[in-house]
Amino acid sequence: MYDVLLEAVDAAERDGISLGELALRTEADTGIRTREEVEAGLRRALKVMQGAVERGLVGDLHSVSGLVGGDAHRLANARGPLANTIFTDALAAALAVQEVNAAMGVIVAAPTAGGAGVLPGTLLGIARRHPVSEEAMIRALATAGLVGAVVAVRASLSGAEGGCQAETGAAAGMAAAAGVELLGGTPRQAMHAVALTMQGTLGLVCDPLGGLVEVPCVYRNATGAAMALAGIEMALAGVEFPIPVDEVIDTMGQIGREMDVRYRETAGGGLAATPTGRKLARERLVQLKPRKK
Amino acid sequence: MVSLLDIIGPVMVGPSSSHTAGACRLGLIARALVGGTPEHAQVELHGSFARTGVGHGTDRAIAGGLLGYHPDDERLRESLTAAEAEGLTIEFKNTTLRGDHHPNTTRITVKRDGKTAVLIGSSLGAGRILVTAIDGFPVEVTGAYTTLVAVAKDVPGIVASVAGALADDSVNLATMRVSRRQKGGEAIHIYELDHAPSDGAMARILALPVVKTVRIIERVA
Repeated sequence: MYDVLLEAVDAAERDGISLGELALRTEADTGIRTREEVEAGLRRALKVMQGAVERGLVGDLHSVSGLVGGDAHRLANARGPLANTIFTDALAAALAVQEVNAAMGVIVAAPTAGGAGVLPGTLLGIARRHPVSEEAMIRALATAGLVGAVVAVRASLSGAEGGCQAETGAAAGMAAAAGVELLGGTPRQAMHAVALTMQGTLGLVCDPLGGLVEVPCVYRNATGAAMALAGIEMALAGVEFPIPVDEVIDTMGQIGREMDVRYRETAGGGLAATPTGRKLARERLVQLKPRKK
Repeated sequence: MVSLLDIIGPVMVGPSSSHTAGACRLGLIARALVGGTPEHAQVELHGSFARTGVGHGTDRAIAGGLLGYHPDDERLRESLTAAEAEGLTIEFKNTTLRGDHHPNTTRITVKRDGKTAVLIGSSLGAGRILVTAIDGFPVEVTGAYTTLVAVAKDVPGIVASVAGALADDSVNLATMRVSRRQKGGEAIHIYELDHAPSDGAMARILALPVVKTVRIIERVA
């Protein structure tokens, strides 16, 4: 797969194809899997994503610690000023997937379990009001995969290495490119959407209470989806981010390497280290000592 | 080489690719070392596995792996109950392993049919794992391939005999590693294979006079 996103955009423009199509062709060219196998894998991922959104929206799930659950349903059924828009649908879907994840349900790590709500939230939120074919969704997932592969090589996809900017931030960048493609934008617009989205998640720390993928992870997937929608909307309007996308991704990697270990999934800083964060972690984890059987 | 399906995947039971999916794969490997569901398992959790493992379902994920469940199997959630029903007793305890270990590491001791196996393995992130010791021998097993584990007396020519049996079976070797605890004692052979050898090839390897045990770990990733 590519390790320079700009080169992928140039190649897609030269061949007159979308980034998703380019990603599928590039992957098939490696000879490890056939195009049919890759598409089948992505089709399965799409089904699992759809299932997780549906499951989460029911609203009866609770995480292992009991700290999260039910908020996706709450948001989907509220009558706020943004109700019945792609925005609210995407946020609710992102929460739904993460609530399923926190309750030990089946999700697609995309790119990680902790950031698994952003991509399905954004794409299924869009698809609900802009009906698209399954083939288009699969190509959009391939676009997201291409962006994620570039981020994996140039920066990181691990909160322990790069903070939350490397998990929900990367997921938001992936979702932004996929969303632009789904809505008929060009590869260049998709690239600007990644840059416009990820400039907004730079520096985001990974600070889960008690080290568990619950708080703030579940909510950060919703705000990650919001960031992706912001990038998509700006890019489709023709907004171009002045710093090239690969340099934005490199910046994320650099910030991750310079980030103190307290902000990299260790629960040593950020919200995890607040008085309430510590108290909740202590109270909820105390009942969860490994039992002898 | 990063594949699209590495990024959009794996499909897995949450909440954590390292604490849940990776942990399940380590359980699967421990199971393979005794050739089926153990009767007893001692699971020692080290580092972050010990600190946040239970909240992440690491205990259930390892138990599920011991029962043969894969990371995308919804039965993982209820695996502790299933273990009881299937006659698998599991003792969990927190520990600090000596030496240098990844923060997400476990030592699993399994017993079945009078056989005992011990592994030390780590979950490296994104569901990837590395088994670093089997029965006290240092190894590197990723679970990304079908893996043949043979323990044999450390004598010249043994590698050629084992590799020869695999070659005659048209099994391609991806990687190969031999390590031993002391010269002339026993050595462990780890062969990562493109596909599983036939029963005939396995029997041929086991029939080699210096080979003590031979086991197959099916691909878990």
